[in-house]
Amino acid sequence: MSRGPYKKVSLSQRSEWYWGWFLIAPTMVGLIVLNIIPIFQTLYLSFFKSGDFGRGNIYVGLDNYRKLLNDPQVWHAVGNTLLYALMVVPTGIALAMITAVLLNRNIKGRVLYRTIYFIPVVAVPAAVTMVWRWLYNSHYGLINYLLSRLNFSTVNWTTDPDIALASIALIGIWSTVGYNMVLLLAGLQEIPKTYYEASEIDGAGKIRQFFVITLPLITPTLFFVVVTSMIQALQVFDVIYMMIDVTNPAYERSVSLVYLFYNNSFKYLNKGYGSAIVMLLLVIIMIVTVIQVKAQRKWVYYMKEG
Amino acid sequence: MAEGRKLPGFFAHLFLLAGAFLMILPFVWMLLTSFKTVTESTAWDPLVIFPASWKWENYLEVLKQYDFLRLYWNTLAMMALRVICALLFSSMAAYAFARLRFPGRDLCFGLVLFQMMVPPQIFIIPQYLMVDAMGMRNTIFALLFPGLVSAFGTFLLRQFFMGLPKELEESAKLDGCNIGQTFVRVMLPLVRSGLVALAIFTALFAFKDLMWPLIVNTSAKAATLSSALAKIQSAYSVNYPQLMAAAVIAILPMLVVYLIFQKQFVEGIATSGGKL
Repeated sequence: MSRGPYKKVSLSQRSEWYWGWFLIAPTMVGLIVLNIIPIFQTLYLSFFKSGDFGRGNIYVGLDNYRKLLNDPQVWHAVGNTLLYALMVVPTGIALAMITAVLLNRNIKGRVLYRTIYFIPVVAVPAAVTMVWRWLYNSHYGLINYLLSRLNFSTVNWTTDPDIALASIALIGIWSTVGYNMVLLLAGLQEIPKTYYEASEIDGAGKIRQFFVITLPLITPTLFFVVVTSMIQALQVFDVIYMMIDVTNPAYERSVSLVYLFYNNSFKYLNKGYGSAIVMLLLVIIMIVTVIQVKAQRKWVYYMKEG
Repeated sequence: MAEGRKLPGFFAHLFLLAGAFLMILPFVWMLLTSFKTVTESTAWDPLVIFPASWKWENYLEVLKQYDFLRLYWNTLAMMALRVICALLFSSMAAYAFARLRFPGRDLCFGLVLFQMMVPPQIFIIPQYLMVDAMGMRNTIFALLFPGLVSAFGTFLLRQFFMGLPKELEESAKLDGCNIGQTFVRVMLPLVRSGLVALAIFTALFAFKDLMWPLIVNTSAKAATLSSALAKIQSAYSVNYPQLMAAAVIAILPMLVVYLIFQKQFVEGIATSGGKL
């Protein structure tokens, strides 16, 4: 009976401990092996250079980071990635918001609209990019056909360095509007109907209701959607990979950080440098997220509990 | 009153219809192109909208060149295994994190949160090196590997378990259930909507994943639909009708499943997003 700290632990409490440990064991083992150790391993690898032809890894200290800071391609990729996020996130969320507000009423064909807007979300990005490449095709694409019919000059959507990133961003917006709309719609439906009824009695119009009731009360959902969309956008890869190959004249002006990470790690087989690039991505995502969390006090409205 | 409401309703429909048109147009164009000959697909003056005859040749050609049955199987196996692992391990851990008290709980849950905050690309090189060291590249297991456990699923289901009333466990205990029985018989059935949401979320994102299958399963036999399309594109870069046929084959199964279960899909995504 004199087992020190364990004295007060009853048998049923002890069994709760064992059950707890047993139930979390698979997840924790997996998490540590698959995720936690790899974080440190990636950091560790970023101090090495992959040797040629089985010469193993050579310790190079901070060389990869020095190279990173002086690599114009990395800075292009940082700029492209941020620009992409700035093109996709605000526009995409604004469109998703408008659609969600319109669908949050007893409008005819509500389910049909929702179903259609969500279709791009269930399509493989690889297939989606293929059809967009076809639509963008400078000689035979549908978009240039329509432009030429309307007497506009045609555009090299995927090869013009000034345009390619915007073309990619358009695909990004198109494929995420439905996803964000569904999240916002769920948020809108949680706003109590009585608020609208009360303001109607006070004689408020639809537009005023939107700015006084809907917008403030949706800001927590909106904040969540902005933060997650931003993180997703900063990790853009699939569409750029499928659309812009290394020989494309627009490569420099459209390569993203994750694409650069992929090319360095798995195409040029320099995993050390690839690791350094992904650490840079981590830092950028952290900074952007912290800024957003700090800024939320200025615009996110939390209803007081109780 | 009625007069004033008609006009905004009209504009709402106009906006929504234009949006719906833009959402569908790429898919319609994909389908139409897949039935055209190369000449029809590149005709500009006049533009050929509908093919002269609906021929299946592009599909037959693509199916002959690529073993789509195999790609379907690889993709389906990866999705199913990832869903099973996520449901099984995440529900166990989520229940323990939400309802049990034991030493080390908060530290472990902290690790779950930490994993969710880190961009997943950071895990890829070490995970690849592990699969390579095991000699498991170009296998179904390799496709499953990063999805063996799910921090997101654990977090999501924990939210569901936390919402259940405390009395349930107490009465189960009085009925003589131990913790394992309480979990499986009483609590698990009550978070069904959470399990459905997690299953849909996991399956959808496994289906869409491109980088991991591209890296780990380089042989054509072990590819997924997503990574195979990337290869097909570079092989057929000019024959758009055949490329579109391949794209249709890759998109169709998930699209059909979605159209049948659209309510569950949309609600699943809404709850998994909203519970974060």
